[in-house]
Amino acid sequence: MTKILESGIHIRIQRSKGWAGLRLRELWAYRDLFWILAWRDVKLRYKQTALGITWVILQPILTSGIFAVVFGMLAKLPSDNTPYLLFAFAGTLPWTLFAQSLQRAGSSLVSGSELISKVYFPRLVLPIASSFSVLVDFFVGLVTLGVLLLLYQTPFTWNLLALPGLVLVNLLISVGVSFWISAFSVHYRDFIYALPFLIQAWMYASPVAYSSSIVPEQWKALYVLNPMVGIIEGFRWALLGQGEFSWLSFAVSLAVSIVMFFSGAMVFRRIERGFADVI
Amino acid sequence: MNKLAIHIENVSKVYRIDATTGGAVSRTLQDDLVSLARKPLRRGASSTHKQEIWALRDVSFDIHEGEVVGLIGRNGAGKSTLLKILSRITEPSAGYIDLYGRVGALLEVGTGFHTELTGRENIYLSGAILGMRKSEIDRKFDQIVEFSGVEQYIDTPVKRYSSGMGVRLAFAVAAHLEPEILLVDEVLAVGDAAFQKKSLGKMSEVAESGRTVVFVSHNMGAIKNLCTRAVLLEGGQAIADGDVDSVVQQYLVTASEKGEWHTEIAERTDRKGNGALRFTGFELRNSRGDVVDAAVSGEAVDFVLHYQRTADSLQNTSIYLWLRDAFTKGMLRLGTDLTGQDFSDLPSQGELICHVTRFPLRAGRYYLDLGADIDGVKADRVIRAVTLDVIDGDYYGSGKIPRHPNDGDVLCEHRWDACA
Repeated sequence: MTKILESGIHIRIQRSKGWAGLRLRELWAYRDLFWILAWRDVKLRYKQTALGITWVILQPILTSGIFAVVFGMLAKLPSDNTPYLLFAFAGTLPWTLFAQSLQRAGSSLVSGSELISKVYFPRLVLPIASSFSVLVDFFVGLVTLGVLLLLYQTPFTWNLLALPGLVLVNLLISVGVSFWISAFSVHYRDFIYALPFLIQAWMYASPVAYSSSIVPEQWKALYVLNPMVGIIEGFRWALLGQGEFSWLSFAVSLAVSIVMFFSGAMVFRRIERGFADVI
Repeated sequence: MNKLAIHIENVSKVYRIDATTGGAVSRTLQDDLVSLARKPLRRGASSTHKQEIWALRDVSFDIHEGEVVGLIGRNGAGKSTLLKILSRITEPSAGYIDLYGRVGALLEVGTGFHTELTGRENIYLSGAILGMRKSEIDRKFDQIVEFSGVEQYIDTPVKRYSSGMGVRLAFAVAAHLEPEILLVDEVLAVGDAAFQKKSLGKMSEVAESGRTVVFVSHNMGAIKNLCTRAVLLEGGQAIADGDVDSVVQQYLVTASEKGEWHTEIAERTDRKGNGALRFTGFELRNSRGDVVDAAVSGEAVDFVLHYQRTADSLQNTSIYLWLRDAFTKGMLRLGTDLTGQDFSDLPSQGELICHVTRFPLRAGRYYLDLGADIDGVKADRVIRAVTLDVIDGDYYGSGKIPRHPNDGDVLCEHRWDACA
């Protein structure tokens, strides 16, 4: 016979009103869950073994290749003295982490509806897990870029040390916006149709395929408010040794990311109490 | 009296059904921030025609540490809603509940299972979803596998499991949660007799160790075996509370399985199709035409579907029944298209009866999906319309039936010959 644990836990269940707390401590207690869910997604995606990983490597190369042809060769946009392929790749990498997170988060609650209606766990886990599952693809892409850099004999610089910090901010903004997207997707089923356009518009508002140096001076102040601008520029600086590190745009990115993260989590928590009844 | 484990105080739950959106259940949004953004995204659906359904109304009772309480009542009486509130899946509309201790809920076996993943992977997935830390699962892994009895197949994808094996693995994970308060919904009705016994044993072990168990089931045998006390819910209210024998007796007197199914299917709002024909109820009948609550392997059974027609006339009406296991794997499809008997000129309401001469599945719990097509257009689809319990019968007339969980779920008439 097992001795029961005197946990001393007391939970009161009642209707919550207004803005609920984020219960970050509880979220932390469930941290294994978002790793396991992310790992499940990855596992299912890579289940077709060889082909699965080939696509993950090919996708950013093809995307960057198209950007290089369209924007580099045809439109002859500047790439600040780097091969356009590398230039586009370094932008595609953080962008894909962001865009894929949003896309997955949009469907994460709807596809996890079976779980939501049957088990209790902090619902914030689902959009977080979907961002984490994209992280694996991201690292595969990073290694691919590393190989390309060697092939092009681009020198690595000490700037590389800033990369972990940049990835963290990239992840933070991805998760933060994902909170917003996933909460909205449950409430408005048609939001999922608007999402691809939102992502596309956001991409053209970010220096993924082009250099931010072509943005007219009078728009710069507005442009930098897009948190992906600072992150993508940071990636190019760290990986390609390109330009100066702009503390200003990095600070803006970080600040916007933090605001998005907490506001997203608040909105999510506010809307989440109806999830089990709506889904 | 022991310490208080659960205190339920005037708990109510209201669902608002919006008549304008075809009855989809939705919560009021008026105090939601998002109501502002709602208008441009949804085309002018003003929600004035709202109907309220009280799933629970002013339910209050206390449960003390070490008690094993059975929640009984007909479908729609509010048992599952109460359990959902207790397990924090949904919030009460009014009132509150105090829980003292770590809560583990087992609302449906196989929650979070993914059939593409192996048994081992699913143990981690399901364990984490139920609230276990990875280290805790590592520690209990061997026990879980042993309890489930699927050691040999632990690295095989769950999609290759028989339904019995999957259920046993899922139950094994949940049984090792070790919560102080355990909430259980209808899990014992799955699996074969031997496994049911094992599950019951595990549950009483939980109870004996002084933990609190709240158990919802339609299986009065299991309730009587396991519980010391029962609460009877009807129409969202607790109408009886006391020792298990007397409350179960009271329930059996009032319960009518037939009426229960009738209201349920007719009131389902999550159905698909244009509604030219709608299923309104279901009955199971044996060869003598008596209404029964379970099918018996090897014996004749009639699936009786009650329907109502809303279109003026119906041509080429096809009717389907899908039998699925707990993992929604299709076990059997029965259909008028298969027998080449599509109906025309059906009366405005009536019964559609599917006669099965010898029911070919082994004992277990299955679920029925109902479907009707008219001229190839979907008229009605009700997923999981009916829970179908199957009892072992003497299929082969030899008194023998396959017993091993890996023997498959299907029975088939056959005979052997020996030739030189």
